[in-house]
Amino acid sequence: MDYLISGFVKGLGLLISKDASTWSAVGATLQASTASMAVSLAAGLPCGFLLGYYDFPWKRALRTVVDTLLALPTVCVGLLIYALISSRGPFGAYDLLFTVSGIAAGQAILAFPIVTAITASIIESIDANLKLTLVSLGAGKKDILATCLWEVRYGILAAAVTAYGRVLTEVGISMMVGGNIKYHTRTITTAIALETNKGMFADGIALGLVLMTIALAVNVSLAFLRKR
Amino acid sequence: MLTKKRVSVLAAGLCLMMMAGVALAGSGKSLMMATTTSTDNTGLLDELIPHFEKETGIALKWTATGTGKALKLGQNCDVDVLLVHAPPAEKAYIKNGFGKDRRQIMYNDFVIIGPKADPAGITGKDISAALTAIKARGERFISRGDDSGTNKKEKLLWKSAGIPLPDQEAWYVQTGQGMLATINVAQEKKGYTMTDRGTYIKYQDQQGGHAPLTVLVEGDAILLNQYAVLTLDPKNCPHAKYELAKTFSDWMASDSAQKKISEFRLLGQKLFIPNAN
Repeated sequence: MDYLISGFVKGLGLLISKDASTWSAVGATLQASTASMAVSLAAGLPCGFLLGYYDFPWKRALRTVVDTLLALPTVCVGLLIYALISSRGPFGAYDLLFTVSGIAAGQAILAFPIVTAITASIIESIDANLKLTLVSLGAGKKDILATCLWEVRYGILAAAVTAYGRVLTEVGISMMVGGNIKYHTRTITTAIALETNKGMFADGIALGLVLMTIALAVNVSLAFLRKR
Repeated sequence: MLTKKRVSVLAAGLCLMMMAGVALAGSGKSLMMATTTSTDNTGLLDELIPHFEKETGIALKWTATGTGKALKLGQNCDVDVLLVHAPPAEKAYIKNGFGKDRRQIMYNDFVIIGPKADPAGITGKDISAALTAIKARGERFISRGDDSGTNKKEKLLWKSAGIPLPDQEAWYVQTGQGMLATINVAQEKKGYTMTDRGTYIKYQDQQGGHAPLTVLVEGDAILLNQYAVLTLDPKNCPHAKYELAKTFSDWMASDSAQKKISEFRLLGQKLFIPNAN
């Protein structure tokens, strides 16, 4: 029990101190999650729009596939990425294994279906009159995409926050692809796994607190975006 | 309102963060190693590697995992050098054309630890008699169960005691986790486990010297735990940095590194004993 309390005290200490290994883990976590969110939003928003806006054969089946991918186990994504970027894999020449970029690639795969599925759901819920109005005003396809996405911006924000939560807290991909290398690919979550493995439970709790602080900072800045 | 201006401010911020990440990536000579949890968890590498980097100018990164996975990473050419502890598997590895040179560096020994009350009465017994007693009494035995070097050794001990691996027995608990985590499970379950001495001392250190689990069986020749550096066969991995790996192997066997290994202590006890050849 006592490690819960000492963990919280330690966590506060880590946040105000300049502990190099903690800050390097914070850095790796932010880099990987930011890059993967940028990629998954860039790819997921248009895909979600297409999936929600247009009717086409097999649409239902495709939705089911995307919804199923929401349950992707992170360790399996890690194994998939490992197979691709291992020096024996098709992308081995790019030296992505044991790098933050490698982690980001895996996390992008994890976040993509979340962004796509939530965006599609929101687009589907748009008032059908909006489409008619836009078409009658002579809007082109590009304008329709932009206007629809803009109309549902808060929903998209929710999609991004949900995906970010998953990316920020995953440990399977970071461990498998990053290798938990100190000062390089050790993220907060792999550091938590390591400390717990070492029996240093208080340190695990402390790092968990650091992670929650990052999540809080991100959500506060997003709340700032919504402010009038 | 979510204005377009605010969105562009956010986007610019994200771009900056990503560029900062790219700028952080360094250059120069570097070596990637896969090693076992024991060398990392005890803090030995944190102590040793900065000296190696300073003396040779080679940046060494390592990923700590079980010996089984470490060997696999080497076989797939994802690392340049290995520091592992499973001699029979290492020799087979070289024979199969994955490893090139094997250099023994240091050793410690494996011990059987358990509750001070010792419900199976194994204190002072030889290892085979101890395992037989644990099985006969059905006392809990906590195994790594992860095909690590330690786990390979443990399986060998059951075999040499003439007991088929108790994979399905209720008293045989396989954690699938690292050594310290497994010791903690043994402590919670009041069971026995096998550990390398270095990790046990680390555990004692964490418990403030009042560890509930104590060493019950030790000293058998079969319990020797030999660590070795393995370079990868350039025929299998032409892109692995063989020359740098060789430098690391030589450095680990050098007098100064061997002395540092010998001086590395916790609670006044040596964790590893250097024996490079």
